[in-house]
Amino acid sequence: MSNSRAANRPASAGPSPERETWSSRKVFIIAAIGSAVGLGNIWRFPYIAYENGGGAFIVPYLVALLSAGIPLLFLDYAVGHKFLGSAPLAFRRLHPRAEALGWWQVAICFVIAIYYAVIVAWAGSYTVFSVTKEWGDDPAGFFSSEFLQVSEEITIGFDFVPGVLLPLLLVWIFTLFVLAKGVHKGIARSSLIFLPLLLVMFLVLVVQSLLLPGAGTGLDALFTPNWAALGDTSVWIAAYGQIFFSLSVAFGIMITYASYLKKKTDLTGSGFVVGFANSGFEILAGIGVFAALGFMATASGTGVDEVATSGIGLAFIAFPAIISQAPAGALLGVLFFGSLVFAGFTSLISIVEVIIAAVKDKMGYGRVKATMVVGLPMALISLLLFPTTTGLNLLDVSDAFVNSFGIVAVAFVAVVMLAYVFRVLPQLSDHVNLTSSFKLGTAWRVMVSIIAPIVLGFMLITELISKAQEGYGEMPTWFVGVFGWGMSVALIAVAFLLSLIPWSARSAAENPSEEAPLANWKETE
Amino acid sequence: MSAIAIVMLLISIVTVWGGLVLALLNLRHHPEAEEPELPAREL
Repeated sequence: MSNSRAANRPASAGPSPERETWSSRKVFIIAAIGSAVGLGNIWRFPYIAYENGGGAFIVPYLVALLSAGIPLLFLDYAVGHKFLGSAPLAFRRLHPRAEALGWWQVAICFVIAIYYAVIVAWAGSYTVFSVTKEWGDDPAGFFSSEFLQVSEEITIGFDFVPGVLLPLLLVWIFTLFVLAKGVHKGIARSSLIFLPLLLVMFLVLVVQSLLLPGAGTGLDALFTPNWAALGDTSVWIAAYGQIFFSLSVAFGIMITYASYLKKKTDLTGSGFVVGFANSGFEILAGIGVFAALGFMATASGTGVDEVATSGIGLAFIAFPAIISQAPAGALLGVLFFGSLVFAGFTSLISIVEVIIAAVKDKMGYGRVKATMVVGLPMALISLLLFPTTTGLNLLDVSDAFVNSFGIVAVAFVAVVMLAYVFRVLPQLSDHVNLTSSFKLGTAWRVMVSIIAPIVLGFMLITELISKAQEGYGEMPTWFVGVFGWGMSVALIAVAFLLSLIPWSARSAAENPSEEAPLANWKETE
Repeated sequence: MSAIAIVMLLISIVTVWGGLVLALLNLRHHPEAEEPELPAREL
């Protein structure tokens, strides 16, 4: 590590003195929508809405969007844009003791990325399988026995499945290629291609689903309101949970993306577009998925409740069954799995960027070096652990625990710290109000400092009690202990350790052109 | 589809996509500020 100051280093060494930026506000908005619209929009929202009041779910859903989702999005934007840094750098500039919060978010993104890439790879394979309906007449058996070759044993093994390994390798090569190209030429350009493509493909998919016999039955099931559900706390928590997970808030992505914005950006105006576009896509996904499920129920002579499901079961078991029976099923399959691939890629890129940006800032590396230093070990770990006969259970446990005790926990701790320990909400709203069309005031501070901690705290405690008492699924205690609980605690320990490492003299924290952003700007306005 | 399901479908679309349209209109009324391509401290 060189001890020379940034200003003294040779021009050819070390990072560019200026931070990368989006070329325009529009590009940022498209990249942020690309990040927010992910697998959860397509395979999680429809079932959550169906299970929690059907058509009546729109009430808690909109309340959650406006009272927690968008306010937390503004909070992330404010931190990233005011302190111009990746999550650890932005938090460090906010308060020296807050750096570990940023590394906690980075560690969470690390875990999510190594399994999220696997699902994108599966979706890629299934896009090809759709053409020939490779699964025959047994999609469930094909998925677990032939495609994943899932072992009976729940453990960690290195019995690789080439049919998953190869697509996963391609996913990582592509992801790292995009990220090595940088914010403007990589992330922005890929979002500008993938997001419109995703929208067009998904719109065609929705139209095709609506034309299937029985589509109305599915929509009836999804939209018939159960008003009594509104009196149930769990329905409201489900709405807040869906909004929270779907918007990609509070785990570093939006801090990182906002740090690449130019100074005079309308943060709240942009945030409203991102928030409503993400929800708009979810409503579209609800229509498409339930129209298709209505067809499946009608074709098999059962009720929609018999076929409705979410997540991996919906995508890789229910949808293949629909594709096999539907007219022009191959087209439906290519559109559905292709949409998962595009939605997944833009989200995966944003998740890995959180880690790359953090290492780039702390070590003072250039873009390509940071991408390789972060990306190659990540890809290797992902390729070693998941495309194996035992990878599915590991993915399942990692996903469940990193969501509950990673994302929800860090979000809860972050809002409490920012509101009550560092007490920075007034400074953050002042910063946002300097450049934004929609001004943040008392209402925003109440939402962030009271509503968000209550809801997040409730979610965290409920999950803690449920997983502590009931365990997780049918998995052995040691497996859940190591890869669930152990991993969740390890994320925090790793975060503290990383925050103790001194910042490189070449790092962004030592770069005077990036220090105290906007500190004197108000006076010059 | 039942009448109430159609009504809730329309309400969902109008509120969420309507919100998106309003957000886009708001952004259009506040065009992006021109910024000189200069490092931060020189502003």
